[in-house]
Amino acid sequence: MKLSELDRADNYNDVWVLGEIAEGKVHRVTLELLGKAKDLAEKRISAGSKVVCLLLGHQLDGLEKELFSHHADKVIIVDDEALKFFNDSIHASVVTRLVNKYKPEIMISGATSKGRSLMPLVAVKLETGLTADCTGLEIDEDSGLLLQTRPAYGGNIIATIKCEDYRPQMSTVRQGVFKVQPEDVSGTGELISEFVLDEEKQTSLTVLSEEGLDGESRINLHDANVIVTGGRGVKNADGFKVIHDLADAVGGAVGASRATIDSGWISYSHQVGQTGLTVQPEVYIACGVSGQIQHLVGMQSSDFIIAINKDPDAPIMHLADVAIVGDLFEVIPEITKLLSN
Amino acid sequence: MKIVVCVKQVPGTTEVSIDPETKRLIREGVSIEMNPFDTYALEQGILLKEKHGGELVVLSMGPKRAELTLREAIACGADRGVLLNGRPLGGSDTYATSYILSQGIKKIKDVNLVICGKQAVDGDTAQVGPGIAAHLGWPQVTYVSKFIESGESELKLERMHESGSDVSVVELPAVLTVLKDVNIPRIPTLKGRLNSRKVDITIWDETDLETDSEKIGLGGSPTRVVSTRKPDARDKHTIVLKGSASDSARELMKILKTRLEL
Ligand SMILES: Cc1cc2nc3c(=O)[nH]c(=O)nc-3n(C[C@H](O)[C@H](O)[C@H](O)COP(=O)(O)OP(=O)(O)OC[C@H]3O[C@@H](n4cnc5c(N)ncnc54)[C@H](O)[C@@H]3O)c2cc1C
Ligand SMILES: Nc1ncnc2c1ncn2[C@@H]1O[C@H](COP(=O)(O)O)[C@@H](O)[C@H]1O
Repeated sequence: MKLSELDRADNYNDVWVLGEIAEGKVHRVTLELLGKAKDLAEKRISAGSKVVCLLLGHQLDGLEKELFSHHADKVIIVDDEALKFFNDSIHASVVTRLVNKYKPEIMISGATSKGRSLMPLVAVKLETGLTADCTGLEIDEDSGLLLQTRPAYGGNIIATIKCEDYRPQMSTVRQGVFKVQPEDVSGTGELISEFVLDEEKQTSLTVLSEEGLDGESRINLHDANVIVTGGRGVKNADGFKVIHDLADAVGGAVGASRATIDSGWISYSHQVGQTGLTVQPEVYIACGVSGQIQHLVGMQSSDFIIAINKDPDAPIMHLADVAIVGDLFEVIPEITKLLSN
Repeated sequence: MKIVVCVKQVPGTTEVSIDPETKRLIREGVSIEMNPFDTYALEQGILLKEKHGGELVVLSMGPKRAELTLREAIACGADRGVLLNGRPLGGSDTYATSYILSQGIKKIKDVNLVICGKQAVDGDTAQVGPGIAAHLGWPQVTYVSKFIESGESELKLERMHESGSDVSVVELPAVLTVLKDVNIPRIPTLKGRLNSRKVDITIWDETDLETDSEKIGLGGSPTRVVSTRKPDARDKHTIVLKGSASDSARELMKILKTRLEL
């Protein structure tokens, strides 16, 4: 909504997180965003801001506890069979109506495929702006506005964006950008139930079924403490064997650069980077990866980075905490051997 | 079936660089191409037209030279191209861009299906497709990975998300955004190329489109870029190991033990 005499900025308070459910559980990105929302709401305390989590789905009983312990002051639950599957039309109608009713100042959501489908629909229906894939969210001290930072042009530019004259200020954020804040198990708050209106269920889109990935193709890069990534330097699909061996030895997951995926050596679900996943493990081991900016944006906030590369001047070698100059086919088996002993 | 495919002309991103003085994107001398994701949207439009007949229109908003991208699409098999071009349209964010494109789609008239790429490689937002759906008030299916069945009045589609996939049926009119998985784009034939040179490209500006001047361009865009910078070069002290493989491996273990208390 464009702000005007009648609908002034101070009618809009609260920081909303549009929650997501994955396989009956709260999605990790929702918990990450609640921590960030707390931070933002504290800086808007003068506006009386609270952290609110909006959750849509079916059979959500009890999930509010986890949201409260991750710092939601208020949880709005819309539980309806019509929301069992993610239906863009129904979800967008409900979210739009509730935003108009409660008027949050800020609304953020995970930049998952669902978040990236729903948020732009809602933003246009609300006639406000939306910043995609943010890597930073801050409150500007002078204006109280949300400063949204995001990479564009393949990560070559970092832009700061604001949405001054329209409310709510909306952004999507990738999983792994913010850290989950320590839980407060005694945390409680206000629980509100909202409903789906009959006319919101009338839509020409019908979702028939939803299926999860089988175990084989699911590798959880987000949950791994250690990620071992192979780049074009592994030469071919067989070259990934040394990568897998090292990952097994440290109990970590296997990542990959886009070049290796484009060459068909490993599946897309392993891709780290701008068009893949953003990860933040404790240790990231990049093997035969040059460190093009598109790859770096997906892993540069890892706690400890080890790079193995023949070329001492590859960009990744300057970003790394430890840069090992050498042939990965010689170095990695040595490391794996020491770790296995 | 009357289909509109939205195509965007983008700089070849691997070549993008920043002017160290002005900190702005250097556009001069950078090659331009059809947004790679849009080639799959175009191919899907061609396949559906081949199956159902009708008309395939390619639509772009951008500078005059975006005509080249529309001609490239015509060379591949689109029937005609429409370019939305005018000074006041410049500086539009995804809200305004999707509004302007939706006005173009209304003016093309009787459109049954709009197909967009998953995202543009320059802005990287993936917001314009859903934005068009919202402005038109049509349903959307994003991240389509497979056309399971396509009829005259409805489509059965598979779509991917990070943790799986779903199957849905959507009645037309509708807006889709498609993934690489849907098809393999064709390369234009010589005949197609020759033909594409002769076809007239329709150019509409803000008056032709009857756009609300409050909703277009920089002034009609809710979001505003306040600053840009180069990504942080993490300024850190890197330990470089360049001995034999076994020495490096042993040295690494020592560092890990002390630094990470392993
Ligand atoms: C819009 C856009 C989005 C993109 N998104 C992503 C993304 O999400 N993720 C991503 O990864 N990329 C992405 N890219 C691609 C990215 O720019 C790079 O092309 C890609 O990351 C390069 O992969 P690489 O480092 O494996 O290969 P290369 O750049 O070819 O590097 C290979 C490295 O391996 C070293 N090497 C070779 N042999 C050995 C050996 N035996 N031992 C040790 N070292 C060796 C070489 O010295 C070299 O440094 C994107 C590009 C664009 C334009
Ligand atoms: N200026 C434009 N002209 C035509 N189509 C566009 C334009 N901008 C975006 N699109 C379409 O919207 C999709 C998503 O773009 P974006 O939201 O910018 O990532 C693209 O793949 C195109 O199909």
